[in-house]
Amino acid sequence: MSSTDAAVDERIKETSKLRKALIRPELGAIVGTIAVFAFFIIFAGDSGMFNAQGVLNWSTVSAQFMIIAVGACMLMIAGEFDLSVGSMIGFAGMSIALISVTLQWPIWVAILLTFALCTAVGALNGIIVVRTGLPSFIVTLAFLFILRGFTIFFPQLIERRTIIGGISERAEGDWLAPLFGGKIGNGLFNWLAEMELIGVFTRGNRMGEPIVDGIPMLIVWAIGLMIVAHIVLTRTQFGNWIFASGGDAQAARYVGVPVNRVKIQMFMFTAFCACVFATCQVMEFGSAGADRGLLKEFEAIIAVVIGGALLTGGYGSVVGAALGALIFGVVQQGLFFAGVESSLFRVFLGVILLFAVILNTYIRRIITGER
Amino acid sequence: MKPYDHNPVVEMRNIEKHFGPVIALNDVSFDIRPGECHCLLGDNGAGKSTFIKTMAGVHKPTKGEILFEGRQMNFDSPRDAMEAGIATVYQDLAMIPLMSVTRNFWMGREPIKRVGPFKFMDFKTANEVTMEEMRKLGINLRSPDQAVGTLSGGERQTVAIARAVHFGAKVLILDEPTSALGVRQTANVLSTIDKVRKTGIGIVFITHNVRHALAVGDRFTVLNRGKTLGTAQRGHITPEELQDMMAGGQEMVALEGSLGGTV
Repeated sequence: MSSTDAAVDERIKETSKLRKALIRPELGAIVGTIAVFAFFIIFAGDSGMFNAQGVLNWSTVSAQFMIIAVGACMLMIAGEFDLSVGSMIGFAGMSIALISVTLQWPIWVAILLTFALCTAVGALNGIIVVRTGLPSFIVTLAFLFILRGFTIFFPQLIERRTIIGGISERAEGDWLAPLFGGKIGNGLFNWLAEMELIGVFTRGNRMGEPIVDGIPMLIVWAIGLMIVAHIVLTRTQFGNWIFASGGDAQAARYVGVPVNRVKIQMFMFTAFCACVFATCQVMEFGSAGADRGLLKEFEAIIAVVIGGALLTGGYGSVVGAALGALIFGVVQQGLFFAGVESSLFRVFLGVILLFAVILNTYIRRIITGER
Repeated sequence: MKPYDHNPVVEMRNIEKHFGPVIALNDVSFDIRPGECHCLLGDNGAGKSTFIKTMAGVHKPTKGEILFEGRQMNFDSPRDAMEAGIATVYQDLAMIPLMSVTRNFWMGREPIKRVGPFKFMDFKTANEVTMEEMRKLGINLRSPDQAVGTLSGGERQTVAIARAVHFGAKVLILDEPTSALGVRQTANVLSTIDKVRKTGIGIVFITHNVRHALAVGDRFTVLNRGKTLGTAQRGHITPEELQDMMAGGQEMVALEGSLGGTV
């Protein structure tokens, strides 16, 4: 049989390039990123936002958002939420502080134990969700309070305070700590400074050193996590299982996809990302606070939704989520550079969230052919 | 070669299935041979779904035996039945509308390509095979990347059937594939059934539409209230007789009279 006698439905219009581009999940985020950069180049272009130091400033903030957004994105595509991300950040930071400062154990032990503890809590979240069939919204909401409660309770019980410092001293000379708190590319930036491409300190005890002396590991983690997650999601069998688990768990089970395992692993990955965030933050500040990470879970979810993922699962893009995080970082810091009252950032969050969800709903209708 | 020259692929003997006090199936026997289309007819609640779920390994029969290629089988799960070669295309299709045709086609059995220590999904092979299998059943996809949600109902049925055929099904169970389709789409699905049958796969076609059954069926078995009312061969039964058997005779005759013989 030749292929020419196959039925071609003449009523299906040839899809235009524009419409095809429109159903890419990242589209909204790409347009948003361009718009945001254009806006701040016009209104804050001469404020120092786009010199080396300014770029480092908003990239660091974006990278923070990006790390947790990547985790939240994978989990949302697998069809679940994690509202305990913010509490997990506080919890992980406090865990590192208590183990290294209070117990005086080496910092690398503290970091490894904390990662094990956090992914175990993530797994527990996942197991409860898949076993009970309860919405992950409720289960992780419970953990939002449970983890935050412990994060305040333990340091108060042991140290009689809720902020524990002294981590920087403990981290000195440790082999694992620089992986989270260090910087890379010092040589490159020194060279750039010699070439007078970036500024150097003109006063103080660091006179002559470049203002930006390396890329924080936080940014390296953000980009690394994004690339790995993107490849896993779009190019591997496991990625197909993640889409399938979120798209229709029952249909996926029919064909032998281990849906429960996939979902639990995604909860663990989200917890892992929160832990990376917390470790980088603790290494940077040299202290852990019981209130760290407040509202981060929602910011992560908003970044993911701006990135084009559907709240109902089965559809989304890690690159989109990362761009959503970039939009956040640029706007949050850009408002500061432009001299705008920073509380307006929250207004911006709310407005952009609404727009993103409306756009995504429209896109979903196009894809599934609903009317 | 006539289908009746072969031994049955699947033979179900004296199947009974009880759900608590309810006897859903009572002494049902049924067999399917390579290359034939065996229609299973029955009104709603006749036990069709229970019966095919027993064949597909979802339910275990309370009594009776299932023979697969002459050997007695005991399927513990749908996965077992699938591995053996019994594929089921359910009414809801088990397709994920947001995912591409290729991703749906290979879901759970993705082709792997190794690059060093890493294993990737081999999209090139996957796309080619998907397009080819769909073409064999007479559907030209615009692109293997298009979401299943953009396909028509008939095309979705075809993807599900093509998937089963590609993964080596010996028996294909179609659960009311035409019930939600329009006239044109129905014709497409029926012609797909015909194409698949010619490749030597046995098809169990569940329907409550006598005309659809007669269009492609080689044999017809009617279920009514959990019992078989016998199996008839093509040409040995009229549409009216089939209709009557399905509806349980008497009441239908009275009804039909009042409707002027249009049902």
